[in-house]
Amino acid sequence: MEHVENVRLVDRISSKKAALGTLYLTATHVIFVETAPDARKETWILHSQIATIEKQATTATGCPLLIRCKNFQLLQLVIPQERDCHDVYISLIRLARPVKYEELYCFSFNPKLDREEREQGWMLIDLSEEYKRMGLPNNYWQLSDVNREYRVCDSYPTELYVPKSATAHIIVGSSKFRSRRRFPALSYYYKDNHASICRSSQPLSGFSARCLEDEQMLQAIRKANPGSDFIYVVDTRPKLNAMANRAAGKGYENEDNYSNIKFQFIGIENIHVMRNSLQKMLEVCELKSPSMSDFLWGLENSGWLRHIKAIMDAGVFIAKAVSEEGASVLVHCSDGWDRTAQGCSVASLLLDPHYRTLKGFMVLIEKDWISFGHKFTHRYGNLDGDPREISPVIDQFLECVWQLMEQFPCAFEFNERFLIHIQHHIYSCQFGNFLCNSQKERQELKIQERTYSLWAHLWKNRADYLNPLFRADHSQTWGVLHLPTAPCNFMYKFWNGMYNRFEKGLQPRQSVTDYLMAVKEETQQLEEELEALEERLEKIQKVQLSRTKVRSKQSEPSKHSGFSTSDNSTANTPQDYSGNVKSFPSRSPSQGDEDSALILTQDNLKSSDPDLSANSDQESGVEDLSCRSPSGGECVPSEDSGKDRDSDEAVFLTA
Amino acid sequence: RFVGPLGTIIIKCKDFRIIQLDIPGMEECLNIASSIEISEWRLSYVNQEFAVCPSYPPAVTVPKAIDDDALRKVATFRHGGRFPVLSYYHKKNGMVIMRSGQPLTGTNGRRCKEDEKLINATLRAGKRGYIIDTRPLNVAQQARAKGGGFEQEAHYPQWRRIHKSIERYHILQDSLIKLVESCNDQTQNMDRWLSKLEASNWLTHIKEILTTACLAAQCLDREGASILIHGTEGTDSTLQVTSLAQIILEPRSRTIRGFEALIEREWLQAGHPFQQRCAQSAYCNSKQKWESPVFLLFLDCVWQILRQFPCSFEFNENFLIMLFEHAYASQFGTFLGNNESERCKLKLQQKTMSLWSWVNRPSELSKFTNPLFEANNLVIWPSVAPQSLQLWEGIFLRWNRSSKYLDEAYEEMVNIIEYNKQLQAKVNLLRRQLAELETEDGVQESP
Repeated sequence: MEHVENVRLVDRISSKKAALGTLYLTATHVIFVETAPDARKETWILHSQIATIEKQATTATGCPLLIRCKNFQLLQLVIPQERDCHDVYISLIRLARPVKYEELYCFSFNPKLDREEREQGWMLIDLSEEYKRMGLPNNYWQLSDVNREYRVCDSYPTELYVPKSATAHIIVGSSKFRSRRRFPALSYYYKDNHASICRSSQPLSGFSARCLEDEQMLQAIRKANPGSDFIYVVDTRPKLNAMANRAAGKGYENEDNYSNIKFQFIGIENIHVMRNSLQKMLEVCELKSPSMSDFLWGLENSGWLRHIKAIMDAGVFIAKAVSEEGASVLVHCSDGWDRTAQGCSVASLLLDPHYRTLKGFMVLIEKDWISFGHKFTHRYGNLDGDPREISPVIDQFLECVWQLMEQFPCAFEFNERFLIHIQHHIYSCQFGNFLCNSQKERQELKIQERTYSLWAHLWKNRADYLNPLFRADHSQTWGVLHLPTAPCNFMYKFWNGMYNRFEKGLQPRQSVTDYLMAVKEETQQLEEELEALEERLEKIQKVQLSRTKVRSKQSEPSKHSGFSTSDNSTANTPQDYSGNVKSFPSRSPSQGDEDSALILTQDNLKSSDPDLSANSDQESGVEDLSCRSPSGGECVPSEDSGKDRDSDEAVFLTA
Repeated sequence: RFVGPLGTIIIKCKDFRIIQLDIPGMEECLNIASSIEISEWRLSYVNQEFAVCPSYPPAVTVPKAIDDDALRKVATFRHGGRFPVLSYYHKKNGMVIMRSGQPLTGTNGRRCKEDEKLINATLRAGKRGYIIDTRPLNVAQQARAKGGGFEQEAHYPQWRRIHKSIERYHILQDSLIKLVESCNDQTQNMDRWLSKLEASNWLTHIKEILTTACLAAQCLDREGASILIHGTEGTDSTLQVTSLAQIILEPRSRTIRGFEALIEREWLQAGHPFQQRCAQSAYCNSKQKWESPVFLLFLDCVWQILRQFPCSFEFNENFLIMLFEHAYASQFGTFLGNNESERCKLKLQQKTMSLWSWVNRPSELSKFTNPLFEANNLVIWPSVAPQSLQLWEGIFLRWNRSSKYLDEAYEEMVNIIEYNKQLQAKVNLLRRQLAELETEDGVQESP
């Protein structure tokens, strides 16, 4: 284990003095341990989270090293010796860019579960169950084995639903006319009116090419929905991009060649535009004490929220076509694994309350992203590869979900933290779910035998991820989510909780969600206690009754005394409990040690629980709040804040 | 009743006849006075007839060492006769916030010994204080040409002056007009929306006001120094800063009664000219010279802090919205007139009802109570980073979007907490019953 001493960790937001400590490089993590004797605070960063490492010009104090993480953490270290800094830099570059899957953390991560538990974990989310839930197979749709052993399309799953009238001949013919042979297949079936969402890649139409089987395939999709005499074909690309593709022998459907289709462009930009947009937005987040104008200008120039809106527009269009017009929709972009996945999954989320539950959301990601061959390894740079393949495609989907949660606070069973932890693990490579670029690759790597499933892990800790405002019987929970039709741009807001989530000073200091969760937990305890009390009361009353009847029954007193000791123990609960009552308001406002969740602490790692540790949460109370609050002295714009008096003064004097 | 926020008319009917008059403002003023060490501060009635300062109330709190004659002299040296008075007394360390109008130094650097003596009387031996001028230095310098000015270091050696730049009057009004306009424009695309939001500068004002208030609170609480705050007149940005600093520092001002008292003290009694500032709101074609959303900006800042500390305020967003409405149009006399003197002349106390007496009835109060409130006795430091500040949708997008789902969420939140309280009460009752039964048992068994 390599280590460097006397390294300083610079706090970017506050003007607090940099923390002095030792930097360790292990096989899996970068660890910074503060040397301050009272609080040996540790910061753990997984190698797979490292996005970029930047060595800056040496200054009098040492050589600064800037580590940007994929989960939006930014670490600024100052290493005294230039040589050490260079060594760390070189090592990290190598460690952050593994070349083989086997080097990834999930192959060494061992949460100490036995084989059976691991297998059960992988079985938690079952897509064949999901298709059954949709009401499939039925008279119109059937499970096709045309892709068994990935014979037709190697980036598709083997289990696919297709219209009953689509023969193997039609499917194979259609697949030859589609980029990477990604033929139209079912993504979501809307039981209520038989309309469906299908997905594919672009047709290889060029300027004039046609394919009978592909035309038949689309017709088969239309016929599978007796309620409508046309289908929508949604091309999620901007029209210009789609037209340019025609020159390369690809392109989009000509309405004249396909009977009864309505063709629609949506205009989601490609992965390169999105990558640059995120980059620009993160630069805004990195600004040191920006003015309001800097921030709003930067946010606008990044175009990020415009892109989020485009994705939402796609989802809304598809969901409306399905639920209001009863028409089936075929969605595609170029290859049908990025924008198509975004469009389909946002639409499904709007249409079906099941996907807005904890488990349903896991199913949705499993279905539209994992099984349909979203290229996780390429997009999230898990292995050393072409940087032009990297793009925050699923991050954008998660943000769409968050934007919806802001609009419909009672409609989702899960909370913001759930989304944030999923984002974290898409990049962490701690679990096998998001490895590889297709189902086929995962099978070849035997992921399920060699790694653990994130879903099981999240499910086990589901109490942390519940939205306290969610109620299964609430009207907001049912049915389709209707977004306003007018272009309400102000609906889309900057997601501070995600992109600045390691800057605690920028987050609300008290969390309504945590507060309500604590209240609900207390309510549950109260319910239990109430039941126990009622039972006891009844018993005592019976005893008294019987005693008045049979006054001299020997066993009675002893029985009662036995009962009352057991009572005492329950009677103690209220006292403990009122202690709880006192502690919960203080616990709840503290936004919690979420960073202890994501910056892995050693204990957590040992207990194989990299996420929230509820215990540490309970300890941070008002005191925590009070000591954190002054750091909110970002009052002074030039130099933000300080936790200790001295720095406050310093800050203040520069004002 | 007719209320015209943002040009919309809502009609609400209430029977006001059962309402009784009460004037918490004066009481509050006296409360504060009595809670402060008698040795250092006193209540002065020098302004009894509003002769010394027309925009001050009859009773003000001043250092004990300064007599009324000196106050009269100081009044001639301060804009609008607004001599430095006590705004807030920080119990924790005995430091204070004072407010005043600008000193009338003029171009020839006039000075006033009584003024220097007055503010020095608030300093502990060997301690320095801070003067926060809400105007940028160049504006303060320009003010000298018109007879105004700022405190010269040479004459106030124990004070450090800090200049901030909080905008005033029509600049704020223009911001409001632009902001409301862009909120109403539904046709634009995403990028235009953000640039219009930016161009309105509304959030920039919010950030500047909050920053200055935090700075004042920081000086008081962390530096242990007393502060004098003024701008030009001391009736606008000054009051934004003094009142927000109290929200940050003083837990009581985060309660409903405390906040009402704060508005009474720091806005009404302190002479914020509501009549001039809140005559037209955002939709007015003619340029109104004195129109300015100073009070709305203050409410918006409170909302920003409330959003960051959702459990530390006894009132909710609706309370702030209600105050906004009543400041612009009200069936109550509370926000009428420009100052206490005008209100007295109009005999508002006899002729109109007080808003507070209506608001404080239990049926109204329940609408404004924050279910999440847990008394928090700490100083709360909000973040003023742009990422942490948001558009106040409850005010600005109120008529442009449906709040159905958000209202449902609020209801659900209330239900969760109500149910918890009911259970708590039930459990306590049962516990008591059980305890009684068991002691009875004990008595029966013991012989």
